[in-house]
Amino acid sequence: MEQTTVTTRMSEQAGLSSRLAAAAVAALLGSFLILGVGFAHSDTIHNAAHDSRHSFTFPCH
Amino acid sequence: MIGRVLAIGLLAGLVAGVIVTGAQMLRVIPLIHKAETYETSAPADHHAHATAVAAHSHDEDGWAPEDGLERTAFTLLANVLTAVGFGLLLNAALAIYGGPVGLRKGVLWGLAGFTVFVLAPSLGLPPELPGLNAADLFHRQSWYLGTVLATGGGLALLIFLSHWAFKAAGLVLIAAPHAIGAPHPAELGGSAPPELAAMFAIASIVTAALLWVVLGGVSGYLHARYANPA
Repeated sequence: MEQTTVTTRMSEQAGLSSRLAAAAVAALLGSFLILGVGFAHSDTIHNAAHDSRHSFTFPCH
Repeated sequence: MIGRVLAIGLLAGLVAGVIVTGAQMLRVIPLIHKAETYETSAPADHHAHATAVAAHSHDEDGWAPEDGLERTAFTLLANVLTAVGFGLLLNAALAIYGGPVGLRKGVLWGLAGFTVFVLAPSLGLPPELPGLNAADLFHRQSWYLGTVLATGGGLALLIFLSHWAFKAAGLVLIAAPHAIGAPHPAELGGSAPPELAAMFAIASIVTAALLWVVLGGVSGYLHARYANPA
């Protein structure tokens, strides 16, 4: 009984840490894409993504 | 786990990015092009961005895509990349949440994303039509990102924690950016007519809502379809 509880708790913790790791990687990549396409102050990126930035209600210009 | 979260975020973003590009063609993009005709005909000293940070129109400085197919292709690319970015953020939130999600619950998560990334920032900084006067770009971007963080954090406290003190803190967080106030230009106005700006604000908010509903729905559906039994 005690053995089962400990095993369950350990697998729950493994589940949580792998979920958090996945979330961290996804959030980092996602933020990189959004800041790059929507917020970077490069003229070239701005001009290429112009209509998209305006459409997504990002501050532009 | 990491592979599944990334794959679902990527796939949902691809689908939503392509669909939203089609939807933008109906109303949002034609309104941007219409606003630019006012912008180029306006006298230089009335140019909204004369004092702003970056050079602005497509034909002013540096490389810009040619109007027509090339410009549309770059808009599609930028839409898909942004949608994939939103998709990854949404799936990061779903991974932290960890509970079962299907199509319907996914749409609800999408609406939460819409509230965080579109509704709340738009309350202070309405969607901008090219050629409208605006405050300093960096200040607006900072306020936008701060509002996104505060609204997202506030909603999470409000929805997922049961103690009243957390819920109250969530409400304070959501209200704070609006109490501080968004940066606005000293003088409102610009080259395009206000009616055009109003049409653009509504059209872009509705189109962005579609993006988030598709993003959430597809993510939820894929999570239910490829649920990890372990």
